[in-house]
Amino acid sequence: MGLPLVMAIILALVPREKRSVFRYGTLAATFGSLLIAIYVFGQFESQLEEAKGEVTYIEAAPLATQYGYTFTQRSDWIESLGISYHVGVDGIGVVMVLMAALVAFAAACCAREIQTRQKEFYILLLLMSGGILGAFMSLDLFLMYFLHELALVPTFIMIGVWGRGQNKEFAAYKITIYLSIGALLTLAGLILLYLHYKTFSLVEVLHAAGTGNVLTNDSQSLVFALMMFGLGILVSLWPFHTWAPIGYAAAPTATAMMHAGVIKKFGLFMLIKVALPVLPAGAQVWLPVLALLCLGNILYCGLVAMRQKDLNLLIGNSSVAHMGFVFLGIASATLIGLTGAVMVMVAHGLLAGLAFGLSGYLHQQTRTLDMEKIQGLLAGMPFWGTLMIMALMAGCGLPGFANFAGELTVFFGAWEVYPVITGIAVWSALVIGAVYMLRAIRKLLHGLKGAATPEIEDITSWQRLPYAILLAVLLLFGFYPRLITEKINQSEPTFSQATATQPKDTE
Amino acid sequence: MDLSLISLEVGAALLGLLILLIDLWTPEERKANLGWLATGGLAAVFCYSFSTFDQGDAIINGYSKDALAVYFQGFFVMAAILVVLLTMSYAPRIRSGISELYALTCFALAGMTFAAGASSLVMLFVAVELITITFYVLTSFERHRLRSLESGIKYLILGAASSAIMVFGIALIYGSTGALDYHEINRAALASTEQPMQLLFQLGVIMVLGGLAFKLAAVPFQLWVPDVYQGAPTPVTAFLSSGSKAAGIVLMLRLLAEVCPSLMDEAWLRQLLGLMAGATILYGSLCALRQRNLKRLLGYSSIASAGYVLLGLVVLNNTGAQAILFYLAGYIFAILAAFTVVSVVSEESGDEDISILANLHQRSPLMAVALTLAIVSLAGIPPLAGFLGKFTLLRAVFEAMETIPGMPWIIGAAMIGVVISLYYYFGVIREIYWGTGRFWEEKKPSTEPLDCPRTAEIVLLICLFGLIGLGLFPEPILSLAGEATSNLFSASR
Repeated sequence: MGLPLVMAIILALVPREKRSVFRYGTLAATFGSLLIAIYVFGQFESQLEEAKGEVTYIEAAPLATQYGYTFTQRSDWIESLGISYHVGVDGIGVVMVLMAALVAFAAACCAREIQTRQKEFYILLLLMSGGILGAFMSLDLFLMYFLHELALVPTFIMIGVWGRGQNKEFAAYKITIYLSIGALLTLAGLILLYLHYKTFSLVEVLHAAGTGNVLTNDSQSLVFALMMFGLGILVSLWPFHTWAPIGYAAAPTATAMMHAGVIKKFGLFMLIKVALPVLPAGAQVWLPVLALLCLGNILYCGLVAMRQKDLNLLIGNSSVAHMGFVFLGIASATLIGLTGAVMVMVAHGLLAGLAFGLSGYLHQQTRTLDMEKIQGLLAGMPFWGTLMIMALMAGCGLPGFANFAGELTVFFGAWEVYPVITGIAVWSALVIGAVYMLRAIRKLLHGLKGAATPEIEDITSWQRLPYAILLAVLLLFGFYPRLITEKINQSEPTFSQATATQPKDTE
Repeated sequence: MDLSLISLEVGAALLGLLILLIDLWTPEERKANLGWLATGGLAAVFCYSFSTFDQGDAIINGYSKDALAVYFQGFFVMAAILVVLLTMSYAPRIRSGISELYALTCFALAGMTFAAGASSLVMLFVAVELITITFYVLTSFERHRLRSLESGIKYLILGAASSAIMVFGIALIYGSTGALDYHEINRAALASTEQPMQLLFQLGVIMVLGGLAFKLAAVPFQLWVPDVYQGAPTPVTAFLSSGSKAAGIVLMLRLLAEVCPSLMDEAWLRQLLGLMAGATILYGSLCALRQRNLKRLLGYSSIASAGYVLLGLVVLNNTGAQAILFYLAGYIFAILAAFTVVSVVSEESGDEDISILANLHQRSPLMAVALTLAIVSLAGIPPLAGFLGKFTLLRAVFEAMETIPGMPWIIGAAMIGVVISLYYYFGVIREIYWGTGRFWEEKKPSTEPLDCPRTAEIVLLICLFGLIGLGLFPEPILSLAGEATSNLFSASR
């Protein structure tokens, strides 16, 4: 899985004149990791069964297997601090890795717009992909944080150098500072956890927490708050979301795809896998707050999205709004809610990759994304237009797409715990989402050709591939969600620990 | 007395004398090459310092050669080697006596290696003066430049004042305990019951700490830093920010661990250090925000770094000391790489404004990458050495959070400092990759390739290796640091 990272180092040594080498090298690396991810996805259950079958009863299995991890690898790294290089995938990890690999490949395909300083761009893109893939696979909390930060840093340079718009410098600083604050808070939480458990190993911490060795209630709520807000900033939790739309609007296409689609999911991933199961008492205190804040995401950002004129800002805001559903699923802390949350994470990752990829293509053609200026695109670019309609429709939760399946599951899960909040969320999700998405469709695609769009070309031949793949997988998971839910169910030990402490009904 | 114990110090000093001697028979145009001699000699000394690492502790009167001393001696020699290499690339700008510059560096190194092992107040004072007086000369070495003279005078006056404070403190300690050796002082202090004498002793400790804080550039003894850093020749600045600072730290560590066990339970000591740490971090970070002169910027950033080091001192235990040692190991590579790039780039443009970095990624990819990684490491971002340094420090501090009142505030200040520092650190990166020069000047920044002198290239490669190596495989150095500090605070209690 370190393929992209290795390739990044190899490419760093290639002289910059050989432009095509970088592009094809990156494509090969991301495609390779996609193939491996598909293989792992397919073999996941049989491998797990095999590992479980080797032992007579489950308690004798290694901790990683007990918690549903497979394909594990372990070697010591920094022994004196209790840090090891330990990777593997569990049910949540395997779907996230597949999604990340898909989007990474698509992002590499869409990086064609980069015409200057390709060497640096592709190296940074590979660093990003490799880092985040590794973060989703880490079984060591330190490694997880480490790799995620590795994926985060290139964002600054990518927006600054290849970004677009007048605001790009502001956006680069804003996104960096916000995300660093979030990461720092998370780090503080992780260190506090470490000081209690004396290890960074995720499964050991989980096991210790599962057998009753937990922090005192006060420190739990402190650590949970640190992690909730720290990770919340990383995922654009309202009211710490303002970096997201601006950042995505200014970022080059591939960066926006990777960041909105994949890297942003890391915070949610860590909340589900670490914060909930390890800090039950802290969760009880803070989850109701999270449920309220996620309404901010859904309602406020949805309303903001309605007023956007720039297509990327609209997609950015809607992606922030979608994070609200995931937060709602997490806040419910029920098995169904969490499963739904992971499904939305996967679906939204693919969708964000698709939407930003499409808008990036449009920007390449028209040099603007102002929806007042570009109109009537469907006539000129039927393939692009069709995909865009489908992406926007998926965004407002049309049945048939994976988003619908995920959001519905989240609502089922959350309904038991927060009926009122869920009610509001459902309404706004349907109405507000439909309003801004349909407005975008009307403005962009229908009507007469706008003044700013004299010469546009549709996506042709091979360039269609990344978009088609993303959409196909989105539909596949939409029509056959069992593909992912079955995998997610294998993380049952983590979930059962997380759901053992449902927040009391506060409404 | 066994001279072999201090062979390292004697070696460094002799090397300096040797260079001065050979200088007499060296033709003018080849003098710069004496640097190779200095490098070679220092490298030999460096290897030697490692060969003595396992020989166990040995203490002669006022000087102990334990694992801590050896760790820091290795550190100082490493810094000196890099600085001498950097000096060689700087040689064309020195008008007067380049070989004296090498020799003085060696003398300062001798002082630092003495400082690493100093365990009596006399030794401490001698070591500090040996370092400081050498630096009086070094900072004003470019006599034709007004700024260099200015920086020399500032350093002289403030350095002399801080020495005076320190001597006064030493006198108070001697007066109240009747001893100069650390262990004897400690015994006397633990035994003493008289209130006034204890008070005098405490006052003495504070004053000595103040004198050392001057070396460290911690608030409120930080005022000299920006001017001196800006004015001094860049290699000297680099040495000042790495070697001299670390010397202050090792002296402080030993002083706190071996003289002050009787004060360990007093809350004010930790509060004082904590206050200094928080104020230093915030001062350094805030002042750097709007700074455009690169050397001043790095000066402020080094003030902030001193604050993080103090953070490790606040907890007064072995974990904190270990974290400090590791942090310094990562810090030296980052700061030396940064100063090396600044030295080369500012030589070409004759300016030190941040805008000279514009287009650096095109002009010299090696320097651009080196400076970027150095800055990223200073900012404490994975996967480089600086991140693990800050991480170990934070871990030590969090561990002690519940035992020390007021600690959450200090941690908060440190975190705010980290976030602020990101702004100016990333400003440097921004300038490298998409800077457009000065907005008020018509002239576009140059895109001509910029040659990096061979010796500066060596420095950069060593630093890059150190930064990445320490970031990815910290275990060897971490365990060395752990060994060096394993019985620092516990032994004397």
